[in-house]
Amino acid sequence: MANHEVLSRKDVTRMFLRSRGGLAGAMILLSLLLISIYAAVAVPLESYKQWNNPKFWQDYPQKVPPAWTDGFYGSMTKHTVLAFADSQKSESTIQGVRTASYSWKINYNYDSYPSDFILSVTAKYSRQPILQLDIVRPDGRDFKIYYSTLPPPQSGEFTFLGRITSDEPSMQGNLRNYLSQFSCEQDAAKPAIMVFSGVQDCKVLKGTYTVTETLYLFGGSDEVQDSEFILGGQVFGLMGTDDLGRDLSVGILWGAPVALFIGLTVAITSTFIGLIYGVFAGYKGRYAEEGMMRINDIFYAFPVLPLLIILSVSIGRSIFLFVGFFVLFGWVGMAKIGRSLALQIKNLPYVEASELMGESDTKIITRHIIPQLLPIAFATIAVSVPAAILGEAALSFLGLGDPSIPTWGRILHDANSAGAIARGLWWWTMIPGLMIALTGVAFILIGNALNSIVNPRSKMRNY
Amino acid sequence: MKAFYAFALKRSLYLVVVLFVTLLVTVSLLGPVVDKVLTGSVVDRVTEEVNKNPKLSTLSAAERDALIKTLVGEQVHNLGLDEPWFSPKRLYNTVVKVMVLDLGRTNNNYQSSSGTSDIHDLIMERLPRTILLFGTATAITSAIGIYLGAFVGGREGSIWDKLNSAYAVFSNSFPHWWVGILMIFFFAFSLRIFPAQSLPQMLPSDPYYAVDLLYHMALPLLTLVIVGLGSWTYGVRYFVVLVLGEDFIRAKRAAGIPERRVLYSHALKNAAPPIFTSVALTMAGSFGGAVLTETVFNWPGMGMLYYESIGNLDIPVLIGLTYVSTLIFVITVFIIDLAYGYFDPRLKVTGDGVS
Repeated sequence: MANHEVLSRKDVTRMFLRSRGGLAGAMILLSLLLISIYAAVAVPLESYKQWNNPKFWQDYPQKVPPAWTDGFYGSMTKHTVLAFADSQKSESTIQGVRTASYSWKINYNYDSYPSDFILSVTAKYSRQPILQLDIVRPDGRDFKIYYSTLPPPQSGEFTFLGRITSDEPSMQGNLRNYLSQFSCEQDAAKPAIMVFSGVQDCKVLKGTYTVTETLYLFGGSDEVQDSEFILGGQVFGLMGTDDLGRDLSVGILWGAPVALFIGLTVAITSTFIGLIYGVFAGYKGRYAEEGMMRINDIFYAFPVLPLLIILSVSIGRSIFLFVGFFVLFGWVGMAKIGRSLALQIKNLPYVEASELMGESDTKIITRHIIPQLLPIAFATIAVSVPAAILGEAALSFLGLGDPSIPTWGRILHDANSAGAIARGLWWWTMIPGLMIALTGVAFILIGNALNSIVNPRSKMRNY
Repeated sequence: MKAFYAFALKRSLYLVVVLFVTLLVTVSLLGPVVDKVLTGSVVDRVTEEVNKNPKLSTLSAAERDALIKTLVGEQVHNLGLDEPWFSPKRLYNTVVKVMVLDLGRTNNNYQSSSGTSDIHDLIMERLPRTILLFGTATAITSAIGIYLGAFVGGREGSIWDKLNSAYAVFSNSFPHWWVGILMIFFFAFSLRIFPAQSLPQMLPSDPYYAVDLLYHMALPLLTLVIVGLGSWTYGVRYFVVLVLGEDFIRAKRAAGIPERRVLYSHALKNAAPPIFTSVALTMAGSFGGAVLTETVFNWPGMGMLYYESIGNLDIPVLIGLTYVSTLIFVITVFIIDLAYGYFDPRLKVTGDGVS
């Protein structure tokens, strides 16, 4: 603080806008804020809350790459959900048995097989109905792949809610009847491949498939309330899925506001605590300073990550607790800077004048010293945001993170324990890591730009 | 010199205080967990023994419960668990004994390759591996970093300088362990150059052990150098630029000493003390990062041991490791302080404390 002229907010803005790095950082930060807003508005909160509930994700394709990789290796099957409303319904009654059928047409023009297919049915019945699933292929062959009764009704009015997946064992038995039609090797245990293969070349058979679901209803008021046919994609969404079928974009996009919350709260709180602590010590001098700086030294010597790990094991794991833990170790650096700056400022004439006028210490510190140091504090806040985000990511990566919500670190932990990179599921590891890195880059660029504006030493170098 | 001794004494006292406080914090954080874990395991063990004992099978459920309760009570008393963790007797065991490196025993002796359950031996087995990896990494990084830092410091504002700053920004904001995962992805799974597992396969007696060790160490080493180099070069550059701005450098230049010599010999020599301090502090403080790096690369050092002990809730090992890592760090700081104090002319004259 050799020159104690105060930079006006206008000056700082003007100089910041001239710094290319700072602008780049601000742009990245802006896009992170937009991602946060997008997450809050467009990504359903329900899917975020259901992150730990595998049932919620059972209709999604498992471990498939993001949709934008489509075309890298030919055109990949898109995840297709055919709703009840899209089906063609027909009903007939023969000898008291009602036959309700629902059919969907799929225009299949992809170079890959679907990852799987799922039929979900909601039916209300009083007597056990029979369900039949037919797929008529573009070559005109009709594969009757499923024919079975639904579970017996329990006590009067019964609503059945079930899914028939391509893993269903009885499907294998049915498909075995069609093996002879193929002139090449086929595996009845892989319906998603067999049903969509040409009989001659065993390559993907393109064209229009008709999926028909038929129910034979025996009760008077029995009816099908809802049914869906899902064709499992080979690519999914913005960021792909993990091995539970979770849409990674939900966790990663929601990760942005969580990371910004942790980073900013910790950086702002610990910087101000450190600033006030250090300035007080430096201004008071003598024994107060000695004592306070020794305490500071003790905190400096703490092994931070091991203690953070111990804290999360013994006290608890929620992001709000983490914020507290990080503040506990985060104020140390700023306290040192605050003290040395206070030592310089307290001998300036205007501070001495206020002392002579009999102003209280608190008033001098809060009115005269700290406002002078705010620009430096802001620069420090910016550069210390990444540390908190990296800290949370590190704890989560070790499996000690907040178990209730997905964060970038936790997704990386899941990826690593599932062996994502060994299995080639690069998107699962790459994207969350890049988000952490990008956030860090943004704040460090902004912090460096601010530092070179408010720090007279580096300012001298610029001119 | 008298002032220096006073200074040294003060720093040693402070060293002991820091160690004591860190240990006390660790113990008081883990204390309640220790009690819960230990009491739980006593109850489990006693219940199992009683239920399996054929002689006791004739007892009624109520009698059995009463027996379990008395047995648990006895064992809890024997282990000293009936007193709270902050009782003087137990604090003596956990704090004072640990301070003199009597670290106690662990129940999980499978963590050690020699099968020892003595935590002191266990840590001494792991410590050299951590020092090997992080020491080598720091040595390589600082050697390259000092040279590159002086190079870009002499060319302030050049394209090299800007590239170096950009590299420092990126390497500082990337999670190191994530870079490690990517390195495994590219070098171990895509290119298949290095092994993904860092554990050497051979026995130490094998003549090719050193080669094998280096081969397995290559990937973590490369990662540590790549992520560490950016901030290293940037830091050295900062000190070199500061020194280059001083008058005596201008005098050397005026005297016609070649720029290369000015930069690499005179400027670097004067920037040496803070650079030396950084080398020492980086090495001493590497344990925190070791937990993550060693876990990612499966390197069987102290950090990996820490991670395993968290999984097993092996509290004595956790306390021991936290203490040893603090000890290494604090002693390093102490030595640096003494070195500065010894060379500080003010201490020789006035005896004013340097902080």
